[in-house]
Amino acid sequence: MKHRYLPMTEQDQQDMLKTVGLNSIEELFKDIPEDIRFKGELPVSKRLDEYALTTHLSALAAKNADTDKYASFLGAGLYDHHIPSVINHVVSRSEFYTAYTPYQPEISQGELQAIFEFQSYICELTGMAVANASMYDGATALAEAGSLAGAATKRSKLVVSAAVHPESRQVLRAYARGLGLEIVEVGMSNGVTDMAELAQAVGNDTAAVLVQNPNFFGSIEDLAAIGDLVHGHKGLMIVSANPVSLGLLEAPGKLGADIVVGDAQPLGIAASFGGPTCGFFAVSKDHMRRMPGRIVGQTVDRNGKRGFVLTLQAREQHIRREKATSNICSNQALLALCASVYLSVMGKQGLIEVGNLNLQKSHYAAARLAKVPGVALPHASPYFNEFVIKLPEGASVASINAKLLKQGIIGGYDLGRAYPELEGHMLIAVTERRTKEQIDQFASLLEGCL
Amino acid sequence: MIQEKALIFELSHPGRVAYSLPELDVPELAADSLIPASMLRSEPAALPEVYEVDVIRHYTELSRRNFGVDNGFYPLGSCTMKYNPKVNEDVARYPGFAKIHPYQPEESIQGALELMYQLQQDLAGLTGMDAVTLQPAAGAHGEWTGLMMIRAYHESRGELRDKVIVPDSSHGTNPASASVAGLKTVTIPSTDKGLVDLEALRAAVGSDTAALMLTNPNTLGLFEEQIQEIAAIVHEAGGLLYYDGANSNAIMGITRPGDMGFDVVHLNLHKTMSTPHGGGGPGAGPVGVKSLLVPFLPRPLVSKKEDGTYTLEGGNEESIGRVKAYYGNFGILVRAYAYMRSYGPEGLRRVSECAVLNANYMMKRLEPYYDIPYPGICKHEFVMSGTPLKQYGVRTLDVAKRLLDFGYHPPTIYFPLNVDECMMIEPTETESKDTLDAFIDTMIQIAKEAEEQPELLLNAPYGTPVTRLDETTAARKPVLNCACS
Repeated sequence: MKHRYLPMTEQDQQDMLKTVGLNSIEELFKDIPEDIRFKGELPVSKRLDEYALTTHLSALAAKNADTDKYASFLGAGLYDHHIPSVINHVVSRSEFYTAYTPYQPEISQGELQAIFEFQSYICELTGMAVANASMYDGATALAEAGSLAGAATKRSKLVVSAAVHPESRQVLRAYARGLGLEIVEVGMSNGVTDMAELAQAVGNDTAAVLVQNPNFFGSIEDLAAIGDLVHGHKGLMIVSANPVSLGLLEAPGKLGADIVVGDAQPLGIAASFGGPTCGFFAVSKDHMRRMPGRIVGQTVDRNGKRGFVLTLQAREQHIRREKATSNICSNQALLALCASVYLSVMGKQGLIEVGNLNLQKSHYAAARLAKVPGVALPHASPYFNEFVIKLPEGASVASINAKLLKQGIIGGYDLGRAYPELEGHMLIAVTERRTKEQIDQFASLLEGCL
Repeated sequence: MIQEKALIFELSHPGRVAYSLPELDVPELAADSLIPASMLRSEPAALPEVYEVDVIRHYTELSRRNFGVDNGFYPLGSCTMKYNPKVNEDVARYPGFAKIHPYQPEESIQGALELMYQLQQDLAGLTGMDAVTLQPAAGAHGEWTGLMMIRAYHESRGELRDKVIVPDSSHGTNPASASVAGLKTVTIPSTDKGLVDLEALRAAVGSDTAALMLTNPNTLGLFEEQIQEIAAIVHEAGGLLYYDGANSNAIMGITRPGDMGFDVVHLNLHKTMSTPHGGGGPGAGPVGVKSLLVPFLPRPLVSKKEDGTYTLEGGNEESIGRVKAYYGNFGILVRAYAYMRSYGPEGLRRVSECAVLNANYMMKRLEPYYDIPYPGICKHEFVMSGTPLKQYGVRTLDVAKRLLDFGYHPPTIYFPLNVDECMMIEPTETESKDTLDAFIDTMIQIAKEAEEQPELLLNAPYGTPVTRLDETTAARKPVLNCACS
């Protein structure tokens, strides 16, 4: 058969078989027992030519409501931020995207330096000493942080706030089951972790307290107080942070965090139906050699010239096998590059400015929505770009969102999906991409739905 | 000498900007009236201040110091560095795929769910499995997911089985994944033919056996001919069989893990299904299972309703839970689906045929010049040993470094661990005979250089932006960020 990705002609095949000393392709597979050979046609979808393929996939894509066409107020861990045009141009350089992990540093200095810069950016944002080259996503990064805390403290209890993303807590539970760690959840009050309940839960058997900031409800936690509490019991504080908030909010490292993780999606990465995004992972110096994943370090070549290599590999699975700190191998390097380019574009001023736009617009939206009769703001805690509204008794978030969708708006997250006690509550994200006009329209359409 | 490349931070000039943000169109309130001052950043993050041209030139220059499949031949064994089709990059960027949110109402994501459903079906058909989860983000993540299901399965039957058997040629992620799943690894030796030692396997299995993890073809590129007997030994002991799909580029349409007797399989879509490696990721590691493990799959799965619409099917009490936020690396799934549709059933088989013939051709031609520890027929890859060059003071590492000067990415080196001075070569199906011949000729030339001018190899490479780097100091005195602030 002829195919645009396959160069082997009939003539090539004959010549090559002859060199090998065989007469047919079949003979290449004679070591596979006859009764497990697959016979007949593979049960997979039919072949499409390139034009038919793009037509088919365009048709599938057209069945989805995308944020080019819809104004989205949906966040809940993935945010509709502006993505600077240059990012796609950089990550479309095939020297980056068609490369493997940089195992041969002499021809991989570009990727290695890009990762080194990513690590530098993450350290700078989080206020931590060491960052790695990326994790699968924020949820698995949080789970790996729990694993590190268990190993570092030789304790097995992880105390996690219910205000951490519900799916991150599910992933944490799955990992904890494998690692033999115990998970204790503490509730919230006023949209933030309940400090009294937390104080009850934390003891001398606590490996770590895991919180998110801003938390799942958009509220800002009192990290300093949480840090003091857990450190009083010689446990660690793990913070899952929204990186785009860190232009405005204090670096978790300065508030006592021992491990800072999160998802870099807000830094110029498309939502892409939830993935691929990019987890980040940063620690204080004490925990450097317990880190999961790849780490790039600076060194010199034989001429004394600066260069970069994968380093501290004695932690990793290809060296330590069953004793490795984690099983991670492939990571999310290309998305880490997106985040780096984003931070290079935003720079010192831009990150502050985008943070302020989110802060101002979300507060305008909250005030505007609170004027809708029957709508209340249940939490008084400070927030960044996301907040909760309570709808009148009997209102259904799902049916309101269905109506909003018909008007070109993707409504907020239905908190009743993950928190039965928050039935009738909507989590609303407002990024710099939302205009005053869209916010006003959202408010009046919501009023019409009630 | 090529100049050192500046860090982006070193290009900073206060006052320059590269961003363009929407106007603030709502009344501005003082930040410290909204958030207590103690929670606000005390010092701005020390990010560089550059303009857009700096950004583009910086990253373009970095890209020029990097080597991808589009730059040249990349015969990196066990990594399946095949061509990454460009149309797949286009379709993954369609706004209807790239700009959608997983929590949108189901009626607004039907196209995404349909694609995932079809990919679940196609991967199940390809591997001979009953159901597939698309959630795992990478191969190792898939391994761990599969092992967690195996563990849950045994626990559901009230059996305490905590041993995972792996051959000594297995990838490091296998034992590492077992540890993260709370299981213990038992390593068994390979025979002198490079295959699973059945006697060692029989001795290793028992009432504590949770699973055997295997690639087939194995890491040496050899098909485990006795796979049915291997499966019987493990199953009779009450264990399950895990198929590490790292090497599935050899077998598409030719044999299926499900038919070989495997109960769980993961596929690396970033290997077999051509999605680009991205300099280390993202990948995707979907996991297929036989019916006995379906209750334990991570949720949600995509299912098709009677009215023809698609839905996310949620909770199941026995499920191992969620292994990643949302539904997997969807953008990678789109590319993989586009890849499979570009070939169809016959095309996928042809992919494997070409990959295997390419590997055998290279092995045959290189045999007179390097030590081939497992001669005969290989599958999609083969191993060679650089031991004959040791007499000239040259090691496999030096051969690899010399290859850089000829514009090639070297093979995988020093893996698998059971072959001395190992070089593992995987050409893939997308390389032409001309490319293979040119590479082979270079390898022959390097073998001659090793004999005649070994110092040429010992000091290689010459034409790269840096020469060999001091990895020892990098690890002993780690400098892991630029400490800009």
